[in-house]
Amino acid sequence: MALVEIRDVHKSFQRDSEKIEVFAGLTLDIEPGSFTALMGPSGSGKSTLLNLVAGLDRPTSGTVKVADAMVSAMTPAQLAGWRARHIGFVFQQFNLLPVLTAYQNVELPLLLTNLSKRERDERVRLALDVVGLGDRLRHYPRQLSGGQEQRTSIARAIVADPTVILLDEPTGQLDAKSSVEVLALLRRLNDEFKKTILIVTHDAHAAERAKTVLHLEKGVLIEKGVKA
Amino acid sequence: MKFLPLLWANLTRHKRRTVLTVASVALALFLFASLRTVVTTIARNAAAGSAQRLVVQNATGLVFPLPLSYANRLATVSGVTGVSYANWFGGRYGDGKRFFANFAVDPATYLDLYPELQLPPDQREAFLHEKTSAIVGQRLLEVFGWRLGQDVTLQGTIFPGDWTLTIRGVYTPANRSIGDDMLLFHHDYLDERIGRAGIVGWYILRIANADAAPQIAKTVDDQYRSSSSPTKTGTEKAFQAGFATMWGNVSLLMNTIGMAVVFAILLVTANAMMMSARERTKEVAVLKTVGFSDGRLFGLVMLETGIITLAGAAAGLGGAKLLYRATNFNAAGFLPGFDVSVATLVLGTSIAFLLMFASGLVPAMRAARLPVVQGLRTVE
Repeated sequence: MALVEIRDVHKSFQRDSEKIEVFAGLTLDIEPGSFTALMGPSGSGKSTLLNLVAGLDRPTSGTVKVADAMVSAMTPAQLAGWRARHIGFVFQQFNLLPVLTAYQNVELPLLLTNLSKRERDERVRLALDVVGLGDRLRHYPRQLSGGQEQRTSIARAIVADPTVILLDEPTGQLDAKSSVEVLALLRRLNDEFKKTILIVTHDAHAAERAKTVLHLEKGVLIEKGVKA
Repeated sequence: MKFLPLLWANLTRHKRRTVLTVASVALALFLFASLRTVVTTIARNAAAGSAQRLVVQNATGLVFPLPLSYANRLATVSGVTGVSYANWFGGRYGDGKRFFANFAVDPATYLDLYPELQLPPDQREAFLHEKTSAIVGQRLLEVFGWRLGQDVTLQGTIFPGDWTLTIRGVYTPANRSIGDDMLLFHHDYLDERIGRAGIVGWYILRIANADAAPQIAKTVDDQYRSSSSPTKTGTEKAFQAGFATMWGNVSLLMNTIGMAVVFAILLVTANAMMMSARERTKEVAVLKTVGFSDGRLFGLVMLETGIITLAGAAAGLGGAKLLYRATNFNAAGFLPGFDVSVATLVLGTSIAFLLMFASGLVPAMRAARLPVVQGLRTVE
């Protein structure tokens, strides 16, 4: 049974007097434990799809279901609580809070749980250890390199042990070396920790690391490649 | 508690701006407390006059004197249990920059009618028996660095010349509204020096029953209606209230300025809070992506505003209370008993809460209503 079920999703935007249709009946399944790369040219709807799965945006019609939860029918308050438990989101521009340390940034999702301070501390340290930043706890984002910032962002995404990790161009701002490190980390999270990963990318190297590659063009899924 | 680091990080993000915003709230509420205390002190002092004392003044005006010969007849009016008299002297000391009230009084009867002026018995005796002696309030003694037994020379303004008086007593007012920076000396000495015996500024009558005050006042005024110096008699409370009404427009002005200052600061604070929230649009979107609900973000922004305004309120209102108490401020004797009242503190705190809601509501609602996708697209 698919972890993410997208059924006949239509999504359109109004820009001035123009109606822009992104999806016209998109249907897609993402399996649990998969590592899926979503590729396609700019404007093909990759990020919009990611936002729909994360409950950050709503389809005009159709349904989005994640781990049996009908995301497309939830209220904003339900979505917030649901996202905190089930979604880990990584942005292209890292989006760490500049006034918080790496530790505090990673702790943010845990503040919404009932975990004790000690339990939160254990989890934050573990997440930062997993991404190789166990020695950067007290560093502020400005004191970290781009690769380290992105790894901190990944630590924030995995710290609450979410059902799905969504990444929007995670290597877009990184140099080649940092990109390789981040992609290796993602692969490790998938192989070792069985995390379900959906990554939007333009980067062919990033797609190579994925086990499934989907191509979107003008909102239509045109190709699905599954690697051995 | 677990959100405290996040709150603190946001508050200290622009330390200078936060400090200035807190300072502006503090200054606004300090001014509000100060101006309102002027108004409340004037009102309280006006109401503090005894209802059992009547003041008899010349019907033409306070600056016109009355004959001393009225004293004996006033004492015979039914219900009157004591008579005294006084005269505004208007002397200055030193460079004259520090104003203080000074009166020529009939010592024995005056102290009898004003038990609020508390003097050690030996000092009282010394004052009563020495024509060129004076008593002063504790504050006046400290202000000019005088000491008991010292000769001090006042420059007369209404009654020209140098007037040397020996300080024989230091009184303590039992009622703060009376003020502790007056100087009182012998009316006899004034008469003797100016050769003007038989004239007083006003009379003070003690009456047995406050309820009989209107009737006694009418009796007195009727008694002198056809004389060359008709009188106007009223309770001391009314007499002081008359002074207060002279401040009437000032009170209105003070209240208006106070509210205008608070309103101006409200705009400054609201602007600072909105600027701060606008700068963080993308961060708010990130927090929503992480799972922070609209309500929680609303609460966090309101709490942040609350900390700023309440810290400012604590500094401004607490500062005013402590400063005026510590310095025993009384506006050079014009406002005895100047002290920020509990009612003013409560009103100031209410204004701070109002300020918090007024300045925090818009940015808090903006944060709560922000669509995540739109927020993430924000370029910082």
